[in-house]
Amino acid sequence: MTSSSLRVKGLTKRYGDFVALAPTSLDVAKGEFLTLLGPSGSGKTTLLSLIAGLAHPDEGQILVDDADVTHSPAYDRDIGVVFQNYALFPHMTVEDNIAFPLKMRKVADADARRRTAEALETVRLPHVAKRYPRELSGGQQQRIALARCIVYRPAIILMDEPLGALDKKLRDQMQLEIKRIHRELRTTIIYVTHDQEEAMTMSDRICLMNAGAIEQLGTPEDLYFRPQSVFVADFLGESNLLSATVRQVDAQGLDIVLADQTAPSRAVGNGASFTAGEPIKLMVRPQNLHVADAANGQLTGRLVDVMISGSMTRLYIAPEKADMPQLVAAYPTRSSAAPYEIGQRVSLGWNSADAVAIRDGRGH
Amino acid sequence: MAVAKAPAIEPGQLRATARFRARSQAWTWAAMGGPLVLLLVFFLVYPVGQLLLLSIYNDSGFTLAPYRQLFASSVYIDVLLITLKISLVTTLVCVVTGYPIAYLISVVGKERKATLLFWVLLSFWTSFLVRAFAWIVLLGRNGVINKLLLSLGIISSPASLLYNFGSVLVGMVNALLPLAVLTMLSVMENIDRNLPRAAATLGARPGMAFWKIYFPLSLPGVAAAGIMVFVTAIGFFIVPALLGGRRETMITQLIIDQVQQTLNWGFAGAISVLLLIVVLIVFAAYDRLLGLSTMTGAAAPRSAAPSRLAGPIQRIGDTVLTLLGVISDRILLALPSRRRDRDPDKAGLGLQTFVWTMLVIISAPTLLMIPLSFGTGGLNWPPQGFTLHWYETVLHSPVWTQAFLRSLLVGLGTGGLAMLIGTPAAFLLVRSNIPGKAAWLAFILSPIVVPRMIIAVGMFYVFASIGLVGSAFGLVLGHTVVAVPYVVMTMMAVLRNYDTRLDQAAQSLGARPFATLRHITFPILGAGMFSSFLFAFATSFDELTIALFATGGLNATLPKQFWDEVTLQVSPVIAAVSTCLFIFMGLLIFVAERLRRRAAAR
Ligand SMILES: Nc1ncnc2c1ncn2[C@@H]1O[C@H](COP(=O)(O)OP(=O)(O)O)[C@@H](O)[C@H]1O
Ligand SMILES: [Mg+2]
Repeated sequence: MTSSSLRVKGLTKRYGDFVALAPTSLDVAKGEFLTLLGPSGSGKTTLLSLIAGLAHPDEGQILVDDADVTHSPAYDRDIGVVFQNYALFPHMTVEDNIAFPLKMRKVADADARRRTAEALETVRLPHVAKRYPRELSGGQQQRIALARCIVYRPAIILMDEPLGALDKKLRDQMQLEIKRIHRELRTTIIYVTHDQEEAMTMSDRICLMNAGAIEQLGTPEDLYFRPQSVFVADFLGESNLLSATVRQVDAQGLDIVLADQTAPSRAVGNGASFTAGEPIKLMVRPQNLHVADAANGQLTGRLVDVMISGSMTRLYIAPEKADMPQLVAAYPTRSSAAPYEIGQRVSLGWNSADAVAIRDGRGH
Repeated sequence: MAVAKAPAIEPGQLRATARFRARSQAWTWAAMGGPLVLLLVFFLVYPVGQLLLLSIYNDSGFTLAPYRQLFASSVYIDVLLITLKISLVTTLVCVVTGYPIAYLISVVGKERKATLLFWVLLSFWTSFLVRAFAWIVLLGRNGVINKLLLSLGIISSPASLLYNFGSVLVGMVNALLPLAVLTMLSVMENIDRNLPRAAATLGARPGMAFWKIYFPLSLPGVAAAGIMVFVTAIGFFIVPALLGGRRETMITQLIIDQVQQTLNWGFAGAISVLLLIVVLIVFAAYDRLLGLSTMTGAAAPRSAAPSRLAGPIQRIGDTVLTLLGVISDRILLALPSRRRDRDPDKAGLGLQTFVWTMLVIISAPTLLMIPLSFGTGGLNWPPQGFTLHWYETVLHSPVWTQAFLRSLLVGLGTGGLAMLIGTPAAFLLVRSNIPGKAAWLAFILSPIVVPRMIIAVGMFYVFASIGLVGSAFGLVLGHTVVAVPYVVMTMMAVLRNYDTRLDQAAQSLGARPFATLRHITFPILGAGMFSSFLFAFATSFDELTIALFATGGLNATLPKQFWDEVTLQVSPVIAAVSTCLFIFMGLLIFVAERLRRRAAAR
């Protein structure tokens, strides 16, 4: 079976008055790895359940390869789901768990046995076939859940925070494993996580959700370098956000003025169109914020804290203008670097190519 | 620290300290568990043992005469067979009809769950006597059902619906269905809702998902409900006595006759042995098949079925379940206009209709009695006029008011005593590493397993010999024996959920043990303790079997007074008493449920 494309049109889900999913539209290409990212309660599981047929939408349409499946029951959809807590059947052995979808499809016994063994091989756990799920570790249960899902080659695989319960090391390992399986099977995968790093490393595209709606949909680079809202800038990686006003727009970028300042500076746009006089937020990533000793730049502040987290050193700086938020700068840790002192005055700067203008007024 | 500073400790000295510590621990254990063990030894083991001994010893020494009498004719064996038949059919009906009810309760949202559960609990807590009496009224010649059938023209003259197998079965099922539902519910609530959904995504149609996934996981609950209902049914006498004819006599009624009318203790003992053997066989079979540990429902869904049921049985079971799945799905497909737009999370209309019908059937009799208790037309349907006469009669009758006060007193005493000795025992079983925990627990729970009638008769014999018959104190002791297992079970569950780190936190903040208990432990455990107190109180308040004998003719409790009256004549006065009892119990569960929810919200 080959993978399929998925198209969602105006899909909506309400619980009473509460809108769990505002009208949402989304296209997923054949073989794509799409991640639904967002804070807890943002509607990721809701969207996934609607696609899987585990919940019924109030409005909208779901198309798989252009066929309308909005009203098909889950068992007719040929969409596989890897559940958050794995949902392995506790009264069946690993083997029986994996063979279950084949039995439901009336696959002949011998064939089913062979494919079960293959699936166990794929997740590299052929030796646990006869065990019960409770006799497996969390990581192993995770793999079995995956094997049970890929064994019948569903057209689309949905995964709801599949690695949420695993510790960091195991999670990293499983991420690679899932990527490998995706490459080998070339299945369409829709993957849910609230971990932005996981989303960045695994996805072809990320769909960032907030409060039951899509905030931004694009490649990891799009979201990281050209966030369309303050929320996106904040959610994906650390960022410094400064209030500013647009002076003038030209082909290369924008002339802007930081709040309470007079001297203009340059910034690049995020793809949206700006008009002169519009208030914006200026995003500067910590690694692009330069800190210098000389306290005579356009922007000055006092060093509040220094934190070394392995490879990176972070400086926390309180700008001398009281109404500006605390800023953070990051650079690779070097043992030879001159030590900073807490309380020291510093000046701050950045390359205009690293300063991204974002429309203000949306998000938080 | 002290050890480090001490010069050098002789090995012998060390051993002595260890021995001292062990001894002081043993004393603590004895102080906490001793009272309960003593209570059970003196008022359960000894009385039951006495009764069994009476069946093989008489004044002239060893004898088997009672047993010869037992098997001399087929009379008693027939009664045993009838008892088994009634119990089995009751169990079957309770489990089969209770399953959908428990299922629906376990899947619906919070609000609807509370509503459904309220009706089940209300029925559960309504006195067996009240419910049985209500069916007498309902099924009587001038009862609702006859009147309904007449008005519909289905029959031309009132049918006799009472005193036959059907009426006994209806009464038994009404009595025990709530127990079956609650037992199954405790297992179903622990089944992961995602499993059937996962099955659906894997291609299982609803019928298949139910039979292959949900049903096997709920099986331990079904088994536990089955054995609980069966064992309770086999020791029942209220329903067959009130709703059955001569041909529905059950074995416990024989025991009552022997004790109250012929005073033949030896023969009563022999019948008790027979009953006990049957119950033990049932438990042994259950243990063989499923393991007794599944009865509590605790470890059930994960470890139960696969290990004990050997290969072939499992394979047959699997095939049967697959077949059931296929058949169910065929039927579902054949049904006209399957709701295509239906939310997969919503329970079907058929299921809801069935559940509400069952709930109406078990609640309606009691509710229909309320208007009759205010009527002037006796117990004939429909109620006529309005009068408070029957209530005035009850209130002005010293027999009823004294019975009520006595029941209240005994209930409070039982609740207090059961808490006092049950709580420390629960602490011991949850928190200490006392050896042989499983055996102790089995011993403490044995009053539930041994048929109540056997306990009651044995207790009567012992009470008579030490002059406790007719005393409130004796009754409190007797009721505590049967109420304390519930207290221990509830308190164990409460303690297991209690985070002991809270105590440690309090102590690290400077609270001494007593202050910790007062400010932290009891306030948090309070709701759980109160609800197990209520459980003990309600058990005593509704207890008839022990009271039947131990009150000794005088000093009746409310259920005993009720029983005496209702076996004498069926009158509107009893309808008034029933209504009062019903409302009293309704308020009690309302309060208990409120408390439980407040505790859960914390
Ligand atoms: N069955 C339900 N009834 C009521 N509200 C629900 C239900 N399921 C989800 N919600 C609400 O919908 C919102 C989105 O939930 P969900 O999709 O599970 O979020 P996520 O998976 O992103 O954490 C949450 O606020 C949640 O409380
Ligand atoms: Mg979720």
